[in-house]
Amino acid sequence: MEKVNALFLNEEDNIATALSEIEKNKKVLVKAGKVEKEIHMKNKIDFGHKFAVIDIQKGEDIKKYGEVIGVATKGILAGEHVHVHNIESKRGSEE
Amino acid sequence: MEKIKFWGYRRGNGQVGVRNHILILPTITCATQTAQRVTELVQGTVSFIHPHGCGQIGSDYDQTFKAYVGIGSNPNVYGVIVLGLGCETHQARMIAKEIEKTGKPVEVVSIQDQGGTLQAIADTAKVAVKMVQEASTVMREECYFNELIVATECGGSDACSGLSANPAVGRASDGIVEQGGTAILAETTELIGAEHLLANRAADDTVAKRVYEVIGAIEKRSNLMGVDLRTGNPSPGNIEGGITTLEEKSLGAATKSGSSRLEEIVNYAERPTKKGLVWMDTPGHDIEQLTGMVAGGAQVVLFTSGRGTPTGSPIAPVIKISTNTAMYEKMNENIDLDAGTIIEGIETVDEVGSRIISEIKDVASGKLTKAEILKQHDFGIWRIGPTF
Repeated sequence: MEKVNALFLNEEDNIATALSEIEKNKKVLVKAGKVEKEIHMKNKIDFGHKFAVIDIQKGEDIKKYGEVIGVATKGILAGEHVHVHNIESKRGSEE
Repeated sequence: MEKIKFWGYRRGNGQVGVRNHILILPTITCATQTAQRVTELVQGTVSFIHPHGCGQIGSDYDQTFKAYVGIGSNPNVYGVIVLGLGCETHQARMIAKEIEKTGKPVEVVSIQDQGGTLQAIADTAKVAVKMVQEASTVMREECYFNELIVATECGGSDACSGLSANPAVGRASDGIVEQGGTAILAETTELIGAEHLLANRAADDTVAKRVYEVIGAIEKRSNLMGVDLRTGNPSPGNIEGGITTLEEKSLGAATKSGSSRLEEIVNYAERPTKKGLVWMDTPGHDIEQLTGMVAGGAQVVLFTSGRGTPTGSPIAPVIKISTNTAMYEKMNENIDLDAGTIIEGIETVDEVGSRIISEIKDVASGKLTKAEILKQHDFGIWRIGPTF
């Protein structure tokens, strides 16, 4: 498996951050502490962008740094790009 | 621990400046062009363009007044010429009177009293020439970091901000606190979602309670306007850089505060009363928070950016730090230090933190920042009421 440059910061996180562009269909391995995950990339991921490291259900919290950064607005598969099209903030609005 | 020294200007009130500017302070928009002409004529003077100073009432009037007084009182300023039009709500004489309390030379010029633009330029320039020469006789002396108030901010963040430059500034912030100095964390809007981490580090229950109050107030303000904060934050550039939500941006922004205890929360443009880590309640707007912290007495500013920015202050050196090496190379005339080395695996967060501390020492002793060299004199006050 090819080594890719990505940051998976905390064992509780369900996303990782790409530190260089990752191509679609690539198989990658991410590690945080004792947790290790093999992921088949479903989308091309640009530098600085996030991808799911496990399957995420609609309504589930998204975690980065071990902290909540938002909530899934639809189901997300491991290896999919995670951004404004499938997650949203839980703060700053009255809802 | 070795005490870090730098060369600063000791002022009459005991405070230490890292620059020795003569500030032409226009208290009203109508006087800003006249003030600019004077800076073109007289070396050693600085000024700024702004849209404030008239038709302001209540707490909005007070906040603008406080910002003018704070900028003039900052120890980086040797002397001030307060330049007014004459009829405006923010009266030049009242602002001058407050700045005089620092003991520095303060003069007032009014365009209406002087009989027009040209006479006002000549009169202001004549006073400025004298002040600049006086200022040039003040020698730098050895000072310590406990005399410094260092402002921190981030602008044009990307997904690397929370991984490289912001945590490195956090290490530098902890270093300043260890040296007995003050580090200011700001941009309340961009701490929404990270407030629990800061409240856990509060010096006491009052400060912890205040953390939730200032965060709640920002959310309430946008709700009262009937708008969604998320329409402005993260910004389009943040989103393109990979930041998806406000909380994500905030968690990255909060790392600028390092791990020190949070001593107090001060209001916009107010001078901290405590040493150590202090939070100033400001909006996320780059220039408004910069102006607030410099008006609060910050002599040096640390500014991290992922997308790149030219930001500078008329009176305080702004050290800009890139979160990624590509931007450092692309916008090199604007950026002073690169923290992208952390992403590349070349340096650790601690190593970049030490490099920032060493840059503060050099800049505080006189090394010019890129923003100073490019005369980037930004100024903008956080308005909290409409203009009448």
